[in-house]
Amino acid sequence: MNIEEALKEPKKLTLEDKLFTVKYNPAKESHIKVDNEICKKCTTNRICLTICPAKVYELEEGHTEVHVSFENCLECGTCRVACTDNAIDWRCPQGGMGVCYRFG
Amino acid sequence: MDEETLKFDAIVVGGGPSGMCAAYTMAKAGMDVAVIERGEYPGSKNLFGGILFTTILNKLIPNFWEEAPVERNVISRKFSYLTEDSQLAVELKTEQYNKPPYNNTFTVLRSKFDRWFSEKTESIFNENSFVFSGFTVIDVIKEGHKIIGVVTDKEGPMYADVIICAEGANSLLAEKAGLKKKPEPHDMVTGVKEVIALPSEIINDRFALAGNEGVAIEFFGKAVEGMVGGAFIYTNKESLSVGISCSIVDFTHKNINPNEVLDKFKEHPSVKNLLRGGETIEYSAHMIPEFGYDKLPDLVSHGIMLVGDSAGFVNTSHYHEGSNLAMASGVMAGETAIIAKQKGDFSAETLSLYKEKLNDSFVMKDMKNFRRAAKFLHANPQVLNDYPTTMVQSMVDYFTISERSKVEIRKDVIGGLIMDVKFIKMMWDMNKARKVLL
Ligand SMILES: Cc1cc2nc3c(=O)[nH]c(=O)nc-3n(C[C@H](O)[C@H](O)[C@H](O)COP(=O)(O)OP(=O)(O)OC[C@H]3O[C@@H](n4cnc5c(N)ncnc54)[C@H](O)[C@@H]3O)c2cc1C
Ligand code: SF4
Ligand code: SF4
Repeated sequence: MNIEEALKEPKKLTLEDKLFTVKYNPAKESHIKVDNEICKKCTTNRICLTICPAKVYELEEGHTEVHVSFENCLECGTCRVACTDNAIDWRCPQGGMGVCYRFG
Repeated sequence: MDEETLKFDAIVVGGGPSGMCAAYTMAKAGMDVAVIERGEYPGSKNLFGGILFTTILNKLIPNFWEEAPVERNVISRKFSYLTEDSQLAVELKTEQYNKPPYNNTFTVLRSKFDRWFSEKTESIFNENSFVFSGFTVIDVIKEGHKIIGVVTDKEGPMYADVIICAEGANSLLAEKAGLKKKPEPHDMVTGVKEVIALPSEIINDRFALAGNEGVAIEFFGKAVEGMVGGAFIYTNKESLSVGISCSIVDFTHKNINPNEVLDKFKEHPSVKNLLRGGETIEYSAHMIPEFGYDKLPDLVSHGIMLVGDSAGFVNTSHYHEGSNLAMASGVMAGETAIIAKQKGDFSAETLSLYKEKLNDSFVMKDMKNFRRAAKFLHANPQVLNDYPTTMVQSMVDYFTISERSKVEIRKDVIGGLIMDVKFIKMMWDMNKARKVLL
């Protein structure tokens, strides 16, 4: 790296950019299941949508059901703890599958 | 090992530092050990801030740093308080930490370190011991009250006289085994991190280091939007570990995403110039248990012991120690299993020797000493916010150059401080903080 490069302002990264740096061994099946009946009466102002560091949970326009992009999950377990309504059935992905950190 | 039924002396669930220390200890005594790790290899699911405390490791593997993939030896610890536009910091830097055993403080990248530690452990295994990578343990097998094995998602059941549960912060198996309940949002912290690549010469110049020396910087206050928690920058050989960690209950109350907090931290004027030119090569997230001594789970039951993060052994005060407690508890559980095997008795009574060992060690003493730290900071947010922010502004005013005499400035600053923060209450709170946090 030359001096100019080293002094460059870092590029602002979107979350998508960041997730692009993560290596995954894609699993076929989701390790996260959400009970949408419970979600209808969510008492946490849908905290799953906000708190997930990988934005795995999304509410599609006009829908009440939470969509789960489980492929992006970093397996931190935060959503399960934050959803105090216990709507999230979170399991470890199948052995060897899911996130695979190269640095950690 | 019994070929037909896959039976071991001990099964360790999880190939992190706590599990691997348990396995290493038992393997040294010639036991048949199975380590079951859900990642492609041990370390592939793991991250932490970045400082590995190695008093225990150095006893198991003397001078491990000569062969282990450590990044840098930490000679400098810096604590930095950020307000919107200012920084107040103390730095301890000493040559005393720059020679073996390097104050037992090294930066590491877990994916590399855990993998090395696993291979090192395998190298002392007998022919009946294995590391099973890519196997997720999904349940325990019970016989009456006793736990006698585990179910994985690959092979059939695996049996052992004792299970050491070393599955980390997200401890679903310990919940299934009935040793703990699902944690509440105020019991857990979530951290997000970026590894940011930079050439080592630039890191050395930027942080005033030479060779393999490293620095660990902890940030508070505005660094994490005034929440209970902190941010960090640790130097690796050719990268920086940059991240934030805060209580899940705080993220919930502020309704804020952890990655947003990290991005704001990276934009702070005192931070962004440290990251110049860097390229993010990995993003990651993980939980840290913060429930502390008063909410410890059942550490022992018939045929099972909990170690490391699954037990909640983290000192979340300014010491930020998890790895050392994890390793110590792993060794003590391993030693207990060895004695249980000699006695041929793996009942909760015999295994409770593990608890005695913990009580006599720094693990429980520190857990006990800092038992109120997290609760105190949540109940007294002024200690991490209003007071230091006022102090920093007072110092800014104090050192602001003007045509006024120093006597006038001093009078104003001290007067302002007394008016501003209700001085007596601040002294009272800070005295309490000292007792709880130090
Ligand atoms: C953001 C962050 C910063 C931190 N900073 C520091 C620091 O600077 N210094 C420090 O000392 N500590 C730090 N810690 C704490 C430290 O990381 C932990 O205390 C330590 O890793 C605990 O070790 P462990 O072996 O108990 O658990 P882990 O390291 O989490 O290991 C658990 C292992 O079990 C495996 N596993 C889990 N479930 C299963 C299953 N069902 N089947 C099979 N395998 C399973 C996992 O894949 C993993 O390999 C930090 C933590 C975080 C999250
Ligand atoms: S998963 Fe939990 S937090 Fe998310 S909408 Fe459903 S109930 Fe609410
Ligand atoms: S485990 Fe973490 S990354 Fe995965 S969905 Fe839950 S909060 Fe998001």
